[in-house]
Amino acid sequence: MPSVKVLAQRQEQRGSRFTGGHSLCSGCAEPMIVRTVLNTIEDPVVVANATGCLEVASTRYPTSAWNVPWIHTAFENAAATIAGVEAAYKALVRKGKIDRKIRFVAFAGDGGTYDIGLQALSGALERGHDFLYIVLNNEAYMNTGVQRSSATPRGANATTSPAGSVIPGKPEDRKDLTEIVVAHRVPYVAQASVSNLIDLANKVEKAIKYEGPKLINVYSTCPLGWRTPWDSAVKIAKLAVDTCYWPLYEVEEGRYRVTYKPKEKLPIEEWLKPQGRFRHLFKSEKGKELIAELQEAVDRHWEELLMKERCTQGEG
Amino acid sequence: MRRRKGCTLAVELRSWKELPIGGVVPGGATPELNKTGSWRSQRPIWDSEKCIHCLMCWLHCPDDSIFIKDQKVTGIDYEHCKGCGVCAAVCPVDAIEMVPERGGAR
Repeated sequence: MPSVKVLAQRQEQRGSRFTGGHSLCSGCAEPMIVRTVLNTIEDPVVVANATGCLEVASTRYPTSAWNVPWIHTAFENAAATIAGVEAAYKALVRKGKIDRKIRFVAFAGDGGTYDIGLQALSGALERGHDFLYIVLNNEAYMNTGVQRSSATPRGANATTSPAGSVIPGKPEDRKDLTEIVVAHRVPYVAQASVSNLIDLANKVEKAIKYEGPKLINVYSTCPLGWRTPWDSAVKIAKLAVDTCYWPLYEVEEGRYRVTYKPKEKLPIEEWLKPQGRFRHLFKSEKGKELIAELQEAVDRHWEELLMKERCTQGEG
Repeated sequence: MRRRKGCTLAVELRSWKELPIGGVVPGGATPELNKTGSWRSQRPIWDSEKCIHCLMCWLHCPDDSIFIKDQKVTGIDYEHCKGCGVCAAVCPVDAIEMVPERGGAR
């Protein structure tokens, strides 16, 4: 399992695969995730990147922050593109033109995965291409100005679901993409967070050992859209993990395992309070009722997850 | 600074006829051309005496701006550091202090 020293050693040996000088916001969590994922993989990598913050900010022409082969795809087809690259690679291997092991990674945001890219992702998962799909989940369309996506939590203020006197933020619950992917019966699915980067590195290492489609849904703080201080990326994500709002778990060939169980499960308010997008919830009776409902939903999902772990780990 | 052999940056081209096929961006030119250090309003100051070289700052730096050598921190890249302060927030021994920036990037 890679420790931080091992990751540092790999970056020192081959240079940075994702360099500084990109124009992502100060304190953005996405580059932390991208660097950790690319440092963890030892083999050569080809990256497909759906439209989103990461793509726009890392490749302002004529510059590129990527020191690996990189393809920009439209919003909806990161999975289809990486599947095509992987199919071409397999054909070249068959013809004896390539003999190296190459890994294929797709990066996309929650908008490009939960909403727009879901069909392409589902198709690629079903066809069984050998790739790793990383979701940079910052819970809204941050690149275009914080519009709600289907990953946005209930009650959050977004520009297309503004909080007012009648409606307290987004009225709908978020979608559970990780479970949708689990339902495709792929070899490896996991949830990770920017607050636990070594846990993410372990998951990446485990994932690439499997042949076939793999997905890791990574919780990625957006200080701009969530209206939190610039240095809070790790702190807020940690609170999401400790309140069990964003549990860290993996599903390896159908077997669930929770990789981090907080010693003390914090109340959901601890995570809601520091974020400007939930500020309105603390000001009205309606908001307080919604917080109670959110807490109930988190508790239910956490219990469900623990039960799934017990049921699937039982037989070993 | 890594620059691939025989690579001409697009800004150095004399005419559009020299553009690479498909508008391909010659690799890894961002650090040379985008000095994002000018964004900074707070400057991280690293204390080498307090540092225990756990590399948490390096791991979390969004701008790859912590210099390391032989898995030890050696300094901060002020040309690209945007001054977000994540390094100071994750440091377990408070070896990085954020001070207000005066006079812009160096």
